Amino acid sequence: MLLNFKLQADQRPWFLSSLAIAACISLPIFAVFYLALFPDENAWPHLFNTVLPSYLKNTIILMLGVGSLTLIIGIGTAWLIAMYDFPGKKYFSWALLLPFSVPAYVIAYTYTDFLEYAGPVQNALRALFGWSSAQDYWFPEIRSMGGAIMMMSLVLYPYIYMLARAAFLEQSVSLYRISRSLGAGPIQFFFRVSLPIARPAIAVGLSLVLMETLNDFGTVDYFAVRTLTAGLYDTWLNMGNIGGAAQIALLMVAVVVILISLERYSRRKQKQFHPRGQGDPIKSVKLSGLKAVIAFLCAFIPVLFGFIVPFTLLSFYAVQYFDTSWTDSFFTYALNSFSLAAAASVITLLLGIVLAYTNRLNKNKATQFLVNFSSLGYAVPGTVLAIGIIIPFAAFDNLVDGAMREYFQFSSGLILSGTAFAIIFSYSVRFLAVSSGAIESSLGKVTPNMDMASRSLGYSHFQTLIKVHLPIIKRGALTGMLVVFVDCLKELPATLILRPFNFETLATQVYQFASDELLEQSALSALVIVIVGIVPVMLLDKSINKKGIN
Amino acid sequence: MPKISIALIKYSFSLTLILTIFFSSHAQAKEVNVYSYRQPFLVQPIFDEFTKKTNIKVNVVFAKKGLSERLAREGKNSPADLVFTVDIGRLSDVVNKDVVQSVTSEVLSNNIPAQYRDPEGKWFGLTTRTRSIYVSKDRANLSKIQSYEDLANADWKGKICTRSGKHPYNLGLIASMISHHGEAKTVEWLKGVKSNLARKPQGNDRAQVKAIKEGVCDLSLGNNYYYGKMINDKEQFEWANAVHLTFPNQNNRGTHVNISGMALTKSAPNKENAIKLMEFLTEEFAQNMYAEQNYEYPVNPKVAPSKLVQSWGTFKADSLALKDIAKNRKLAAKLVDQVAFDE
Repeated sequence: MLLNFKLQADQRPWFLSSLAIAACISLPIFAVFYLALFPDENAWPHLFNTVLPSYLKNTIILMLGVGSLTLIIGIGTAWLIAMYDFPGKKYFSWALLLPFSVPAYVIAYTYTDFLEYAGPVQNALRALFGWSSAQDYWFPEIRSMGGAIMMMSLVLYPYIYMLARAAFLEQSVSLYRISRSLGAGPIQFFFRVSLPIARPAIAVGLSLVLMETLNDFGTVDYFAVRTLTAGLYDTWLNMGNIGGAAQIALLMVAVVVILISLERYSRRKQKQFHPRGQGDPIKSVKLSGLKAVIAFLCAFIPVLFGFIVPFTLLSFYAVQYFDTSWTDSFFTYALNSFSLAAAASVITLLLGIVLAYTNRLNKNKATQFLVNFSSLGYAVPGTVLAIGIIIPFAAFDNLVDGAMREYFQFSSGLILSGTAFAIIFSYSVRFLAVSSGAIESSLGKVTPNMDMASRSLGYSHFQTLIKVHLPIIKRGALTGMLVVFVDCLKELPATLILRPFNFETLATQVYQFASDELLEQSALSALVIVIVGIVPVMLLDKSINKKGIN
Repeated sequence: MPKISIALIKYSFSLTLILTIFFSSHAQAKEVNVYSYRQPFLVQPIFDEFTKKTNIKVNVVFAKKGLSERLAREGKNSPADLVFTVDIGRLSDVVNKDVVQSVTSEVLSNNIPAQYRDPEGKWFGLTTRTRSIYVSKDRANLSKIQSYEDLANADWKGKICTRSGKHPYNLGLIASMISHHGEAKTVEWLKGVKSNLARKPQGNDRAQVKAIKEGVCDLSLGNNYYYGKMINDKEQFEWANAVHLTFPNQNNRGTHVNISGMALTKSAPNKENAIKLMEFLTEEFAQNMYAEQNYEYPVNPKVAPSKLVQSWGTFKADSLALKDIAKNRKLAAKLVDQVAFDE
């Protein structure tokens, strides 16, 4: 039944390209499936009888906590920025994105250093109140579930902020006028009109947040919160059972698939299209007095804790340890990071457009399945995904090499394995979900009348895409590209395993020291990641924030 | 054409360019390729010295996970010559995956005592490190903590700090307990230690010493070389100053010792150069650098530990074969789960 669908001749190239993309992108996932078929032993009885219940419980609490907190911060700030005018709004509009450029494990290290017993905060408190030991007072333990939820939410809420803001900005003033004329106040307008309209975009953002949370290892490990990833690495590295580890990874993917399907199912009957050219975007309401102060604080707090504090602390360490951490190779590292991220973000953008557009051209289960399946890479922990890439790449290399040796007495060696291409491929697999999600949610809102009009004027599907759709979805597409870019800058596990010899990126440079908990020495590289990430954030924000598109 | 598609075309061109540059940065004449589970900044100065002396370039990929899988999948075409690890468990992993080959070298067998290399020459130790107990100078009675077994005594209730039981260094110690006492007794011991913990296992070995300094606990497990590193750090000096470094079980079997080591891959395309590097690393010059820079014990008996390390005194090492420790590692990890040590 999956294959039981009609394909018009002019849709065929689109479908076939999507099929090809999905096939390439899902290779690593199939490799993980393959591994899962051959465990060295059945890992589950031991896990069930010992740690699995607590790992599962921790995973669920963490996902619920991070999910709710990021929703509140992300939607709240997006609404403020999209609808209101208050002091500093112009800056907050992009400053709210900044925490996104701080890798989660870096913010975790930084705050731990700052808030723990020997850190400056508690030292100051002890000096102030004359306490002498930990028994004299209560202070929240940063290395805890609560701490992990806070840290991850602070750097992940921008996913939701970014997508929700784009959605809020896309709603037209006519909707607002109609809703107000029917007697709805601003709050009712938010809950009954804007939120349902933005829901597909918010759902994409939330699913990205949850996938990041689910497969994080660095942060939770540092905070001694043991989630499913702890079980996964333990099964793999300490019990030598990579097949069992692959099964745990697939369990995690299944969790994500179920969550996303539930969300989609619950709004299966909704369709929304935005008529274009019917009035201007909504004019921001100017806030003054106490309201302006509250709005300012609401926008300021996430930026303060998600960016200003960690950035200041990192700068402080970077200056202090400059001599030991500076190398002339920094420019090379930054260039490597930048090139990889740029290449991967362009590739995922192009692939995302093809997938989302095919899905628009022929709405059938097969296409939908292709699109969804190519997004699964994001749900697999980076290290496992890297192994999933090594398997087909090495197999291909050895196959080609074998053929070359046999027929030409010449060894081609490894062509794909251990190259920058392998890294870019891993980024594309991992982050396609981000760009295709962003594009899909924008494209979904373009009314089919547009396609029909364009087609009846004699444009092909491709011309329609270029001339009609791309200009309209530009904002969503660029948002997706920006997210992928910054995500790539921060990506660590796959880069580490797949990279060529002597190849360092900013993230691997951070890791070299951070993996030994030498925060101070890694601060400089972390700072450079943040700075390299800020530039595109600011540039792209301008184009995303432009109200009114023709 | 709209701006965006022009921009896209431009991007794709630059992308192709970048890829070509990456691809062409392959192949050099005299080199040796290393997959390292160990941070390169620790060994880079030694590699640099090797390159200076022999004109052989050392290329490194560092990752803490997945390199042995990469090596296995790359198979006979793998560019890697050597694997470096910091734990006997990881070393025996590569042996078990059948991706390494035997080396027979007189230099290596002269420089490395038989206990610290594989009888078949499939792996070689470079340095040794003890799993020591750090003891608070102010609050703990040294005479009551003479052995790993003492860690389970009720005297120490709420007084012990450690990193995760699943860390390879702790798994090595637990595996040695299994070898000496059997599974049942080890479970009892683990339960005892667990009930004495001051807090949930977290952080690294240094973080535990810091916790002793802060009064969170009185004893901690940690590798010996961290003591030297802390003493030489302006901030961490205070932590080290709050503790004694002790070598457990001097009255019986000796202190548990693990190694950092290396192995030659089966595929090694630069085998000759690789063996040169292996030999170089066990000679006095390199061994001295390990000793002076990282405060580990050189495996080469002709080389003395650093002055600082010598000042901590001599000790008797547990003579249990490293392969037994590797063999019991998996069981050790299961026992850690069984007693919910990390919860």
